[in-house]
Amino acid sequence: MHEMLKRLRSKNEFWLAIVLLGLVVFFSFTAPAFFTIGNLNDLLTQNAFTGILCAGLIVVLIAGGIDISFTATASVVQYAAVTLANMYGMNWIILLVIAGGLGAIMGTINAFFVVKFRIHSIIVSIATLNIFYGLLIFITSGNYITTVPDYFYDGINWLEFQLGRRSYGINLQMVLLFGSFILTAFILKATNIGRQIYAMGGNPDAARRLGFSIFRLNLFVYGYMGFIAGIASIAHAQLQLNVTPTVLVGRELTVLAAVVLGGASLMGGVGTVLGTILGVSFLCVLQNGLIILGLPARWEGAVTGLVILIAVAASALEGSRQMNMRRASRKGQEAGAAA
Amino acid sequence: MILLRHTNTQLSILLVILFIAFSLGIDRFFSIESAWSMAIQVSGLGILSLAMMITLLKGGINLSLIATTNLCSLTMAYMINLLTPGAEGLALIGGILVALACGAFVAAFIGALNGYIIAYLNVSPILATLGTMTLVKGIAVGLTAGNVLSGFPEAITYIGNGAVLGIPFSLFVFVGCAIPLAIWLSRTPTGMFIYMIGSNEKATRYSGIDTKWVIFKVYLLSSMLAWIGAIVLMGWLNSARADYSESYLLITILAAVLGGIDPFGGSGKVAGLVLALAILQFISSAFNLLGFSPFLTLAIWGVILLAAAALAIKTRSLQQN
Repeated sequence: MHEMLKRLRSKNEFWLAIVLLGLVVFFSFTAPAFFTIGNLNDLLTQNAFTGILCAGLIVVLIAGGIDISFTATASVVQYAAVTLANMYGMNWIILLVIAGGLGAIMGTINAFFVVKFRIHSIIVSIATLNIFYGLLIFITSGNYITTVPDYFYDGINWLEFQLGRRSYGINLQMVLLFGSFILTAFILKATNIGRQIYAMGGNPDAARRLGFSIFRLNLFVYGYMGFIAGIASIAHAQLQLNVTPTVLVGRELTVLAAVVLGGASLMGGVGTVLGTILGVSFLCVLQNGLIILGLPARWEGAVTGLVILIAVAASALEGSRQMNMRRASRKGQEAGAAA
Repeated sequence: MILLRHTNTQLSILLVILFIAFSLGIDRFFSIESAWSMAIQVSGLGILSLAMMITLLKGGINLSLIATTNLCSLTMAYMINLLTPGAEGLALIGGILVALACGAFVAAFIGALNGYIIAYLNVSPILATLGTMTLVKGIAVGLTAGNVLSGFPEAITYIGNGAVLGIPFSLFVFVGCAIPLAIWLSRTPTGMFIYMIGSNEKATRYSGIDTKWVIFKVYLLSSMLAWIGAIVLMGWLNSARADYSESYLLITILAAVLGGIDPFGGSGKVAGLVLALAILQFISSAFNLLGFSPFLTLAIWGVILLAAAALAIKTRSLQQN
């Protein structure tokens, strides 16, 4: 039992879960409107876009890369997909397939430059962010799309029930949010590709020598990120009921912060779906709780920033404490052996 | 042929080709007015790019750069509006100096915070500056509620728009930052240590250099350059706001990488950055004169970044063979 606690304590997820739980308990007692079905519904719906993107970015970080172009990908896909939907009708399934497919194609452009030209992914994705976004605004002149197909207004409502004056149910945002995380977890845990992604992120040279196709793996990783960005853009469009091409770009660093808070390393090979879920939940619960508590919305950023800084500093301190302990115990063993 | 493989030579050739092509092809490109507006536009971005560059050289990054710039200019704008209205002579000068000092203090504080977290707590620079970026911008938005502060005395707008000998004053400020920085990086021990840390931090530490102190100084200096950039930008725009020039963040990285600075540290020169800035500015001004959307310029810059990075990697592998 003691051993198990010790092992748990060294896990990032354990600490995040404790802090998240503390946050939930705190807000539940201080803000009566926090711990309600209505607020849970709002939390999931409002933050679905960010959350879905986290499910894609974690795969890229584990693979040892980074991508910040996904908000531009999402903007382009959103515009194209809703335009097509307005022209041809379609339905949710076809729309999602088109959005995911287009996003995946755009994502693989990143992979192509990362592998074939050996340019680091941060540079590639800074470039593609500007190219995708620049061309989108150039071609559309930044105009809104104000009409969406009828089925956007209906959305989807599964397992609907009435509570007070509002009715709740499983909406499109929740389906896509849970679906994305389940898909990512399945890929990382249960497939051969998932194992190869961890291996490539941990040690790309070894992975290459083992005969993994680095190009195909990267095509999959960045393609998956693009696919997820496409899906996220539809969740966002259905919530807003319009398309504004300029609102998504600029959110990429928030998504990155959430995933890295969840324990993913920027060096690759490290990260879990559970950690990512805890990381993004933590940021979203914090912002949501503070607003319900009555903190003016304009102070939201300052508090979020402060919490990110405290979290990364604390986890760095915990990391160096563990390293010191390991070093001390090794020294102790050596001293024991010498005696 | 060996000369051709040098990044700065390649950039110079590209710059000359662009200059000749644009001068011949576009009516008003080769004129005093366009040179003037180019010089003013490049100065503010240039100072911020220098601030980004030194963190890249040591293998880090400063994502809080633009947030720092904006909080500095807001602080200075607030102090100026508090102290200078109605003031004349010495009181006016004193008020402006106090305002500038307050901005410097804010910049130093943010720089020291970044430096401490990155150097002494060993937090990755992306993560640490992502945190300070969110915090600093959050403070700026919280205090101003997103409002604009504007209306500055002539001394401030002169820094952004004035001229000395027919040359924009802000260009002198940029050159006044770039040349000392270039000398500092190439001719002083600390400058050399920055390159060494950028190529191998552990080896540098084991050779007896106080790497933590050097890293701390890099982030402090980056922040102080952001403060100078803030003065130039607020003078140019005659206003300050929490979310001004946010697109500059990625453009400073783009300019640095195009200028041959290794984004993982260890190599790169100020001269390369200056050439890259000139190329980006030529393209932006030419497209502006041609009436293209600034967003098309953004896309073209992205294409150039990819091409430059691909070319740099090809040249390096040629050199190794």
